[in-house]
Amino acid sequence: MPTYRPGPVSLILAVLVALFLLMPLLAVIPVSLTPSRMLTMPTGELSLRHYRSLIEDPRWLESILLSIRIGVVSSALSTVLALTFSLGVWMFQPRFTAALVGFVLLPMVVPPVVSAVTLYFLLTSVSGISSFFGYDTWLGVAMAHSVMTVPFATVLILVSLSQLDRRIDLAARGLGASVWERATRVIMPNIKFGIVTAALLSFVLSWEEIGVTLFITSVNAITLPRLMWMGLRDNIDPAIAALSVILIIITVLVLAARSVIARRRAAP
Amino acid sequence: MRGTLSDRTGAALLMAPLLLFLVLAYAWPFLGVVKWSFTLPTPGLGQYGALVSDPLVQSVFVRTLRIAAIVTIVSVTAAYAITVVWVRGSPVQRVLAEFCILVPFWISVLTRAFGWVALLSNRGLVNTWLQSIGFISEPLTLVRNEFGVIVGMSHFLIPFAVFPLASAMRSLDERVLLAARGLGSSRMRTFWTVFVPMTRSGIIGSAMITFVFSLGFFVTPAILGGGRSVMIAELIYLRIFQSPDWGLGAAISVVLVVFVGALMALLFRYVKPKQLV
Repeated sequence: MPTYRPGPVSLILAVLVALFLLMPLLAVIPVSLTPSRMLTMPTGELSLRHYRSLIEDPRWLESILLSIRIGVVSSALSTVLALTFSLGVWMFQPRFTAALVGFVLLPMVVPPVVSAVTLYFLLTSVSGISSFFGYDTWLGVAMAHSVMTVPFATVLILVSLSQLDRRIDLAARGLGASVWERATRVIMPNIKFGIVTAALLSFVLSWEEIGVTLFITSVNAITLPRLMWMGLRDNIDPAIAALSVILIIITVLVLAARSVIARRRAAP
Repeated sequence: MRGTLSDRTGAALLMAPLLLFLVLAYAWPFLGVVKWSFTLPTPGLGQYGALVSDPLVQSVFVRTLRIAAIVTIVSVTAAYAITVVWVRGSPVQRVLAEFCILVPFWISVLTRAFGWVALLSNRGLVNTWLQSIGFISEPLTLVRNEFGVIVGMSHFLIPFAVFPLASAMRSLDERVLLAARGLGSSRMRTFWTVFVPMTRSGIIGSAMITFVFSLGFFVTPAILGGGRSVMIAELIYLRIFQSPDWGLGAAISVVLVVFVGALMALLFRYVKPKQLV
């Protein structure tokens, strides 16, 4: 059967869009190799000094470690909350499910800047009660990130539950398994992939979160994106270009690995 | 079995933690923000009155709507062009298109904005190149203005605009296109009179997503606009952290939520949520 393929005009336009999409990502490579202390194109000689400054300047390392810590804690919290909630929805199908799921998804659809103001209100209020949990603390940031990532984790886990065969749960139940046993020994092993994906996505979203973080941190909890932001606003530091190149390479490698794995899974 | 006591308790126990967390950490503070908008600095509707009367706030609203509209048109058009190849291209073309869509999608908004600064600033790639070939003598101002903001935001939003379009293009019946070609319609005519109308729901969904995202955009306009073309989100930030005028910042946030909520309600009247994914 013949198939309907895009013609030459479509292809040319798509190539232009593809170039537009890749251009800013490619542009950071030459900038990262400039020997100058300012944001310029290298003229002649190349230098790795900006890559070295990422390792030598303790600020970068500190903020990377902080971002990892916040990402791990907030991803764990999001995943556990999303998992228990989704199990409740799937196992018991309570009334008002649609409304409850809609409520959980709110932080995903409300404009991020409004969520940021909301979380700013939350953390400044909490600051009055406890000094290590409110505004500009790493635990406060982790909690705020969980609010922002939990809708995504919930969607992923609900989607993987929706592909699960209800009859295996009915069988376990018929054989006398308790709610706890059904959840941990029957359902969860079957949605492992969805749970892991939810945890990873929550981590990545927290790792690169900036919109909310800007509102809830000032001088103590400087996450990596927050440090990049400061470098971008004041006096553009080419170390950001070096960092960007590294982040882009990691992204490309992960996506390539994922597509190889997906192809292997689909092959047999 | 539904509705027995143990079922209800089980459901409640499992669902309560997340619901409680979001009520305490999201719903309650949001109501606090609403309260701010009516009480700071003085109780009453003063902040909402200021929204209507303050020319600065109004110019920011108008600019935001204008930029959002332009960005929507640019993003949806560009997304359409690349989605056609991603969905209907040859296997190799598909892989390449997917790479070009997903790599930017997964890269952080800061890195992408930074890439545009590196390209468009006075000593950036574009100006350096144009000067070296003698096309211009003075660098062109490409960032710290609305042009830079539109370019950066469109770049960010194209991958988001792709997904609803892709789902619309995947679900259409290819035989209709082949029939049109078989009956002697030209490529161009088949595209405009058959293909595009059949992907209407995808176009609406994609435009709505892009427009709603653009309204609340913060990072890209703040970096590429350089404080000169302030949009709503940056205005909220400035009102809370620089002027401090929390009441006005809160009032603008409330208006933004209501406006976006109304747009979403409108969207779901025309398009089913499923068609967007």
